Amino acid sequence: MPRLQSAAELEKYRAQILAGRNPAKPCIAVCAGAACDGMDSAAVAAAFVAAGAPLGDKIEVRTTGCHGYCEKGPNVVVTPGDICYFEVQPADVPEIIAATLKGEVVERLVYHDPNTGAKAVHMNEVPFYKHQTRLLIGDNPKIDPMRIDDYLAVGGYAALVKALSEMTPDQVLDEVKKANLRGRGGGGFPAGSKWETTKNAPEKIKYVIVNGHEGESAAFMDRAMLTGNPHKILEGLIIGAYAIGAQKGFMYTRHDMPLLEKHVRNALAQAKEYGLLGENILGSGFSFDVELHFDVGIFVSGESSALMRSIEGNPPEPRPKYIRTSVSGIWDKPSNLNNVETWANVPQIISKGAEWFTSIGSEKSKGTKLISLSGNVVNSGVVEVPMGTPLRTLVFDIGGGVRDGKTLKAIHFGGAMGGSIPADLIDAPLDFDGMSKLGAPIGAGGLLLMDEDTDMVEVARYLMDFLTKESCGKCVPCREGMKQMLQILTRITEGKGQQGDLERLEDLIQVTGVASLCALGKTSGDPLKSMFRYFKPEYEARIAAGSGEPK
Amino acid sequence: MTDIVLNIDGKEVKAKAGMTVLEAAQQAGIYIPTLCHHEKLEAFGGCRLCMVEVESRGWTSYVVSCLYPVAKDIVVRTRSPKVDNIRKVLIEELLAHAPDAPELVKMAEEYGSDRNRFAREASFCVLCGLCVRYCDEVKQKNAVSFFDNGSVRQIAFVPEVAKKECWECQECFALCPTSYAQAAYLLTEALAFPGQRKTPAKSAKDLALKSRMIPITPVAM
Repeated sequence: MPRLQSAAELEKYRAQILAGRNPAKPCIAVCAGAACDGMDSAAVAAAFVAAGAPLGDKIEVRTTGCHGYCEKGPNVVVTPGDICYFEVQPADVPEIIAATLKGEVVERLVYHDPNTGAKAVHMNEVPFYKHQTRLLIGDNPKIDPMRIDDYLAVGGYAALVKALSEMTPDQVLDEVKKANLRGRGGGGFPAGSKWETTKNAPEKIKYVIVNGHEGESAAFMDRAMLTGNPHKILEGLIIGAYAIGAQKGFMYTRHDMPLLEKHVRNALAQAKEYGLLGENILGSGFSFDVELHFDVGIFVSGESSALMRSIEGNPPEPRPKYIRTSVSGIWDKPSNLNNVETWANVPQIISKGAEWFTSIGSEKSKGTKLISLSGNVVNSGVVEVPMGTPLRTLVFDIGGGVRDGKTLKAIHFGGAMGGSIPADLIDAPLDFDGMSKLGAPIGAGGLLLMDEDTDMVEVARYLMDFLTKESCGKCVPCREGMKQMLQILTRITEGKGQQGDLERLEDLIQVTGVASLCALGKTSGDPLKSMFRYFKPEYEARIAAGSGEPK
Repeated sequence: MTDIVLNIDGKEVKAKAGMTVLEAAQQAGIYIPTLCHHEKLEAFGGCRLCMVEVESRGWTSYVVSCLYPVAKDIVVRTRSPKVDNIRKVLIEELLAHAPDAPELVKMAEEYGSDRNRFAREASFCVLCGLCVRYCDEVKQKNAVSFFDNGSVRQIAFVPEVAKKECWECQECFALCPTSYAQAAYLLTEALAFPGQRKTPAKSAKDLALKSRMIPITPVAM
């Protein structure tokens, strides 16, 4: 493939790809997302490939990234018609192929409502999917992440073409600012303002970074995006680099996901081959390159300044200096860091405009949000809904409610630095500010359902145990404060709670929250804070029981 | 360089641009407690004891003075109920490891820290990193280093390097607030390269080195 020299060449090439594809030709998309892969979807895909081979051009088999419905994997989607088959085994393959060739459906493998037995054949009828707005993850079943042409076929890199050929860097920045795109990594900080800070920083050399570390417990949507559709994130990053004036980008991601690494490496190589990375991208005069980096296996390496230290080749300790990384980051150069989902939103903002983007979502949180649904939920998986969607929709309509007919006790958001709210707040909308006020900030988007049997002291202990192991250990309040909190929580769960433990915990939460060096320590007490707000009697009762006093 | 005027504890203090609040305070004779700070070393920001209250453009924040740069018109309070409570708890957390370290005991008196508030774990090291950073930044030997992370972080001498470098130096011992650096070194020596110490010190140089060792006296618990 010769490098594409201009926007026109790219559009011509796209037209060629589309002309070579017959939309009526049946295509079988086998999910190879993390959960399906764990259920050996590779064997299913291999069976489809073997069975499809003798049929020549009559059928196409595609291995794709995560479709979302992890609970019912291995997932298979047949187009045209987006027919969804669940829990597909290699033995089911001949039947699916035969039915597909005849334009029929294998009824026994489609969705059946667990209560009514009602069938749902097409994706837009399946309850898990039909309440979602899948702007970001919706392309996953249509794309083999190893093939850039698949991404081009769904309109990929059209936003980059638009930005480079029709817009100035300032206009791109302006559009992102107007869209009020807020960072999806946890803080919800406006991405446009952050871009602007880096853009306006006096240094000539600037960096842009994708934070694909995703260390938050119970969060697995970023890896679904990055593994399933790496070019979308890359396109967003290139557009961002153009707006900011960065010459170099970094993708920082997990070292422990071989498939993710394979797809991202391949995407970078293909983008380079096509002329979408490197010198003079599409003849625009803009040059940009991206380097891939891996984390060193601890949670705190996802913290912005620690991540940058790690890219420099140093231990991932958060930097104690009082200067923003957007002004002085990697090698003291202005460095703009956004997470995977934030970058993934950029292409559509440029293609469809800020006005379209702001029409989706709540008043202050725009667009959609990817959510990882897990815990005691019927349908675990990766979900995408407009901001402002009531939690009830997420939990019941999409999630199918609580497992094993139990009652919902609490909803936990934001992983180990998030918070838990009681079931009666289920009508709260999914919104950055609203959820923060309730004490369960969205964080990166890990939503954990907890049923009636959940021990809230144990939940706090478990999360604190995680954090004490993931902290870098540099500053006293984080290292020692969390260690003491963990010891106190552990003895309460063991029925050895002492009088004064709650006061000790409250003091520790406060001091650790104010005095810690980075966000890990600063927010380490947040789950506990939410517990004290909503579930304090449970703690008091446990301590009283432990002290030998009546409950 | 132009002078910056800021307010520390109600006193107008002049400082040079680029200075930290701690440096400005020290220059003006205002005391702020520190543990991991050393003027020869790059600011570390680890112990957080030098945390102060800063009021700037109507916002109050809590920052570590060893790293926070001076700025025009900021108001710094080195003591306040909240600052004092932070220090009190931090000292209590450290006392759990080194209940008799003289520096900590002194600070505990000042801030009313209760040495028995938290579960004891007498590891003695408070991980201030003075030994590690001195060996790295000043001596450039890296004979002692941090190992592991989070609550199990520790310092340890690297036997291969320590064998070559430490006998003639031992300068970090005096920096250590708990004498743990010396203990860790002696343990490394005993385990990894014993024998050196058995030879009676003969030369004046050896005697001089020996006298630098800090005598370890047992302290009542």
